[in-house]
Amino acid sequence: MMSSIIRAILGGALIGAASSLMLLTLGRVTGISGILNGVLGLEKGQMSWRSFFLLGLVCGGLILNYLAPEVLNNSLNYPDIRLVAAGLLVGFGTVLGSGCTSGHGICGLSRLSIRSLIATLTFMLLGILTAGIL
Amino acid sequence: MKKLAAFSSGLLFALGLGISGMTQPQKIIGFLSGFLNGFSNWDYSLIFVMVGAIAVHALTYGLIRKRKSPLLDVSFHVPNRTDITPQLVLGSAIFGIGWGLGGYCPGPAITSLASGNSSPWIFLISMIGGMYLHQLVKDRL
Repeated sequence: MMSSIIRAILGGALIGAASSLMLLTLGRVTGISGILNGVLGLEKGQMSWRSFFLLGLVCGGLILNYLAPEVLNNSLNYPDIRLVAAGLLVGFGTVLGSGCTSGHGICGLSRLSIRSLIATLTFMLLGILTAGIL
Repeated sequence: MKKLAAFSSGLLFALGLGISGMTQPQKIIGFLSGFLNGFSNWDYSLIFVMVGAIAVHALTYGLIRKRKSPLLDVSFHVPNRTDITPQLVLGSAIFGIGWGLGGYCPGPAITSLASGNSSPWIFLISMIGGMYLHQLVKDRL
């Protein structure tokens, strides 16, 4: 448990640092649903930096898969239909709600955004209810 | 240079997600379901992901925003809306249901593509479908 907590803090700090790097260099919020939505051409604006951010995420995944494949392991074995429903809801909800765990939960809360606080409390509550009941 | 900065940020972000445990949906579901299941054998370590991330980002946020502009652009593009809309609450609620259903949020799903496991692929393709679905109906929302 202790090592889990230390890894959570270190990993979290790295996530925070990555978001700060994005803000310092490009002046952008690191909101992953928004970045993906932008790349899909559903949002106005330049897409090149967004594509390179997503490429970085994928390459980070490749490094993790090489060094510590167990951290990418999914042992839930949910049926495909459940993953499809989950994906549809996450895609639709994050665009409608203007953000996800990264944009609202980390970047928004860090700058004390009231919108992000409401969003984070809402998705945490519904996540807790859904995971607890289903 | 912008591309390199964005790529580096994405790479660091993915490593942080992997180290922290966020890329293991069983940890997410275990954490979220613990609240209704009486916290038996509850792995609450994921709380500390948020603690670590917000501590670092909030501390540096103030320093960075003292600058007139970011290093590679003429101005900051940080949202400044403060209105609480039905869309914000409803969208976040729908996102929460999907998160609790599959254990993936967008970043960890993309990071996990490299695992070769089909789950993040099915989730991500459906998530993109959900984004297009929003595009189709947004004028009625």
